Order: sequence, then structure tokens, then C-alpha cells
Amino acid sequence: MSLLEIKNAKLKLEDKDILKGLSLSVNSGEVHAIMGPNGSGKSTLSYMLAGRDGYELESGDVFLEGQSLLEMEADERARSGLFLAFQYPVELPGVGGMSFLREAVNSRRKFLGEEELDHLAFVKEARKVASKMFVKDEMLKRAVNVGFSGGEKKRFEILQMAMLKPKVSILDETDSGLDVDALKIVSDGVNAQRNDDNAIVVITHYQRLLDYIVPDFVHILSDGSIIKSGGAELALEVEKNGYAGLINAA
Amino acid sequence: MVATQETINKVKEVSSTYKYGFVTDLEAEKAPLGLSEDIVKFISHKKKEPRWLLEWRLKAYKKWLSMEAPNWAMIDFPKIDFQDIYYYSAPKTKPKLNSLDEVDPELLRTYEKLGIPIKEQEVLAGVAVDYVFDSVSVATTFREKLAKEGIIFCPISEAVQTYPDLVKKYIGSVIPISDNYYAALNSAVFTDGSFVFIPKGVRCPMELSTYFRINEQNSGQFERTLIIAEDNTYVSYLEGCTAPQRDENQLHAAVVELVAMNNAEIKYSTVQNWYPGDKDGKGGIYNFVTKRGNCLGKKSKISWTQVETGSAITWKYPSCVLKGDNSVGEFYSVAVANNAQQADTGTKMIHIGKNTKSTIISKGISAGKAQNTYRGQVQIQKNAKGSRNFTQCDSLLIGDKCGAHTVPYINQFTPHARVEHEATTSKISEDQLFYCLQRGLDTEQATSLIVNGFCKEVMKELPMEFAVEAQKLIGISLEGSVG
Repeated sequence: MSLLEIKNAKLKLEDKDILKGLSLSVNSGEVHAIMGPNGSGKSTLSYMLAGRDGYELESGDVFLEGQSLLEMEADERARSGLFLAFQYPVELPGVGGMSFLREAVNSRRKFLGEEELDHLAFVKEARKVASKMFVKDEMLKRAVNVGFSGGEKKRFEILQMAMLKPKVSILDETDSGLDVDALKIVSDGVNAQRNDDNAIVVITHYQRLLDYIVPDFVHILSDGSIIKSGGAELALEVEKNGYAGLINAA
Repeated sequence: MVATQETINKVKEVSSTYKYGFVTDLEAEKAPLGLSEDIVKFISHKKKEPRWLLEWRLKAYKKWLSMEAPNWAMIDFPKIDFQDIYYYSAPKTKPKLNSLDEVDPELLRTYEKLGIPIKEQEVLAGVAVDYVFDSVSVATTFREKLAKEGIIFCPISEAVQTYPDLVKKYIGSVIPISDNYYAALNSAVFTDGSFVFIPKGVRCPMELSTYFRINEQNSGQFERTLIIAEDNTYVSYLEGCTAPQRDENQLHAAVVELVAMNNAEIKYSTVQNWYPGDKDGKGGIYNFVTKRGNCLGKKSKISWTQVETGSAITWKYPSCVLKGDNSVGEFYSVAVANNAQQADTGTKMIHIGKNTKSTIISKGISAGKAQNTYRGQVQIQKNAKGSRNFTQCDSLLIGDKCGAHTVPYINQFTPHARVEHEATTSKISEDQLFYCLQRGLDTEQATSLIVNGFCKEVMKELPMEFAVEAQKLIGISLEGSVG
């Protein structure tokens, strides 16, 4: 059984067809990259999967570990193990990073029937994970994403991913706004979480992220559907010939 | 923020939104219905007051008769029938209590239900409490310990008997009887409240707290609190309030006067949770309150912190008169208005002395079809050279049927002063909600988190136990307002 299964997904935004019958199957232990030009439907795909209001499917279905997501609200999907690393992480003024993380982690633990972590145990765990991600304690004390640099925001996203231990993580343009050093830190953080029980879907415009997070499969998204799939070498083809060549060939 | 999960649990655990809505069945002694000179005399007689106080009350009553209710606030309500209110209601218990064992067990149970046991050993360490039930104070804890430091903390009715000179000297000295309509009414018919006196050089070793409860139907609560801090003192005072859930509106018109001498600091915190009325605006407390502090001495400081979640109507402007040179006034406020609630609240900072400083941080949260107004005045008088004010008013809207209004008045009579005003209005954005949901928080958790984040600057001014309680309250008050 696939961890994540998208079946013939169709979605309209303001009467415009955005996803036009997209299908994708992701098994545990796999890393998939979805590449595509601007306007191909990449962000729509990630919002649809995460269950954002207004991004409901017109037809088709999505399954997480065999269970349909369509009837589930965004928060239920998250607690069930679906994680979205945002392209533009949102600022929450006054909401401390540590408290936010703790609420999130305990929601997930509760769902899994695990005991909620008390303040001390949580802080200990968070510090341990944070130090691996080169996230300073000081950042956890600040309000979520407020005044963070682009790199800090992305690192904080991956830190949340590490704490929540999701089944399926969708990384939406995680490389945008990162310099090479930050890109390496973030990628190391993601790679450290690859294991046989989870899966990662990397959504990106550029190939360069895939030098660091090497995918098992690459899919080219164009005009609302996947037009070509292949191995890591497909990304290099994009790099070399651009999207236009691939799209015209398809 | 740590309390957010507790908030959610609490919300789920209480069936109705307002959990203090129960009524205590106590035999009460009431004055006849309505207001007249005789009622004023009745109250004064009940309290065995000296002649001067009766005369003061009668003067206030006459003044009140000649005044009109103010109509400048952004609140809308039917005219109050002052003849349909009981001005005195007291539980029938022994008139003088020697120990807590003598408190009516039914009363003890009421406070236990409110989560505030009137037993010293159970009270959070370091908080002395005065319990005011309708028109009388029913118990004051830790009095002996405080007395050792020379601190007086007792019901004001008792202070009138025991320390008449102090009361006579200061009552009405900050808020004269003619100050405004509701203050005049309070001066005529006030029944009880707390009296605090901190003698020179004493730092009060514990938080002082008064808990106000309106129980009787159709009764008004008109409490009066007076706090005097002599030279080189510090006191932190907390005030909490609840009332039963009733279909009729009830009037609460309190007066609080603070006096701070040289280098004295008074920190006054309120968590106001009077019954707000039901979803459609039926019932609830009309809260018309006058609070003012005089920073008489040099380098004195008065700090008001309020979390206003209750009442159908809130009309309240805790203010500071900064007379002493280098004195400091602060106002930190969170006002939550949900459903049909109306809040018109803010502060006045009157700078008279040189180099006086004031800070105003106001956070208004509107939800449902509520209207929430910040109204504030900053006045820098001619001699207040070198004075500074900083004002920040932030409004948060939840939903699209509520309103937020900011009405600042600034009068500056000297060029040698600096006044800054910042105001923002924001909504809980869909982006913020979605971000929280994507991390597994449900809508109420997310709202509570975002709202408490919005209020953080004010909440951190509250004493610890109070802050936790206030966070829970805000969560409960906004239940069901999103999603």
C-alpha cells in the first residue's frame, strides 16, 4: 500500500482548471520531487493535500495510508501525519516558538495515543533536535517566524518536521530564498529524517535543491498534470534543456 | 501559552460559556426597592456610619439628581430605571465574624465553586483576599500577618469605624462626588469594598486581592475601594469579579481611588468577568466604573492592568493624575467583546508635574457582533516640561460583523514634551489559522494561541496566577467565534 496516493485529482480555482487529473503514488522510504514551471499548479497541489479551505477537489481522491483525506479537515490531516513545509512560513506575533511547537507536538502525540510531553521533557527534546538543525535556543524563545530571516524560517519549518515525525512531508519550494550555506543546513536536516517508514515530496522549481536532497523519483508537472516521470536524472535534463523542451516533447 | 491546552479542556468541561452563572440561595437582607434620600440614610444607618459620612452621601445624592447620564460613549442600551434596583443586599449572617469558621457554609461553597476557596491554607501562598458579596464584605484573609507590618487591609465599612480619620481625609480626594454621574451615584449609595493603607517604608509582602460577587436579583453593586500608599512603599492589588447568569441587566457602578506618595508604587490588576449576557444580548452586567489614581508624590508610580472579558456594557477609564515630578502612570488593557457585548474603555493620563511619564498599551479584541472602543486622553499641562507619553492601541477583529474603534484625545499645552501614538487594526488572517491547523492545532486552539499572542504585552504585566486565569478566560470568552 502506498503511503500517499493521489488519484485523478481535479481542482478548479475561480472557475479555472488548475489540477487536471493528477495522479501520483508515493511509497514509504521514497523521496519524490515534483518539478514544474511557474503556474503549473505546484502550490495548489500542496494546499490541496494539506486541506486548505477553498482547495477542495472537484473530483478524484487522495489517500494517506489508505485512508481518504477528503472528509478530513486540515488539522485532522496534520495530526494523521501529513506535514507541509510552507514556501512562505506565516508570522504569529506574540506566540512563542517553544509553546507553539509543544502544542503541535502534543496534538500529534494525543492522536497517536502517546502521552503528552510536559514542559520540561518537551524543552529537553526540542533543544536536542534544534541543536542538530543549528537552530539556536534563542530562536525558540522568539515569536514564531517574526523577524526571522529567510533561512531561519525554513530551518524552523524543518525543525517542526523533525519534532512532529510525520508520515508524509511536503516541502513547498523549500529552497526559495536560501543561500548555499542555508540550503545545505536545511537539506541536511531533511536528509536526516529520511527513513523506511516515511516519505518526502519535494516541490521545486529549480534543480539545485535536488543536488542536496537526492530524489528517488522526479515528476514534471505541467498545466495541472504530470507529463513525465523518471529518476533523479530527469532533474538534470530539466536543468539542461529547460521545461519548454520537455513540455513540447510531451 | 502553556495554558492554552488547559483552556481548551476548560472550555470543553463547562457546558455553558459562562461558568459562574449559578445563583447562591442565601437569605438576604435588602433595602426597599428604589432610590431616595431615605435609602441613602438606610444604607448609612445599616453601616453605623458617622454623621460626616452620611452628610457626604446626601450631598452626593443631591448632586447626582442634578446630573445627566453621560452619552458620549459608543454604547447603546435602554435607559436604566434607577428605581428598579435594590441598593442594599446583604447575606443574613452574623454581623461580625471572628474567624472563617463562622462564615455561612453556603457562602464558602459559592466561593469554592468560583474556584476561590475562602480558607487561608488553601489560598495560593502569598495572596490575602477580601470577599465582597453583594453589598458587604464577608471575609478578609491574612489580616493579622499584614497588621504586623502596619498594613491595613479591611472592608471599607470597617475602616470607616476603625480609621475614620484616614477615610475622611482621602475618600473623594481623587474622584470628587461631582466627578461624573456614576461616581456621584456610587458616592451616595456605596456599600462596601476594600480599604488598603501601606505605611511609610513598607513593601507589602503579599498580593492583596478583592473578589467581588453580585448574587441577588435586581441588586446593584456599588463598591468603593481606597488604596493609600505612603512614602517609599509598594503594593500589588488584584481584583476579580463574577455574577450569576440572569435575564435582567444588573448595574455595577464602582469607584476606585488610589493615592501614591513620594516614591510609592501601586500596581492594580483587574480581571473582570461579570456575566456578559447571552448570545443575543439578553441580560448581563452594565459595568460603569470610575477608577483613578493620584501620583501625588515625586517618583511615584501607578500601574493599571485590566483584562476585561465580561459585562454586557463596559464603560471604564482607569486613569492617572501625574502630579508629582518624575511620576509614572501606566495602563495595560485587554478588552474582549464577543456576541452582543459593548466595550468603551481606555484611560486618561494627566501630566501635571515635570518629567512625568506615561505608557498606554491597549489591546481590543472584537468578535461576533460586538463593538469595542478604545477611548483615551493624554493631557500634558503647561508645567509638565520634559514629560513623555507613549500610546499603542491594537485592535483584533474576529469575523466580519464586529467593530473596533479608536478615539484618542491628545491635549498638549507645552512644546517641551513628547507624545507618541500608534494604532493598528488586524484580523486573524486565514494564513495564520491555516498555518496553525497544518501543525495539528484545532481552530479553537489556534484562535486562543493567536489571541493570547496578540495580548502578550499586557498579560506579562499580570501577576502569574492571574495571568493563567486571564488566558483561560479569554479562550472561554471567544469560544465559537471562529470557524
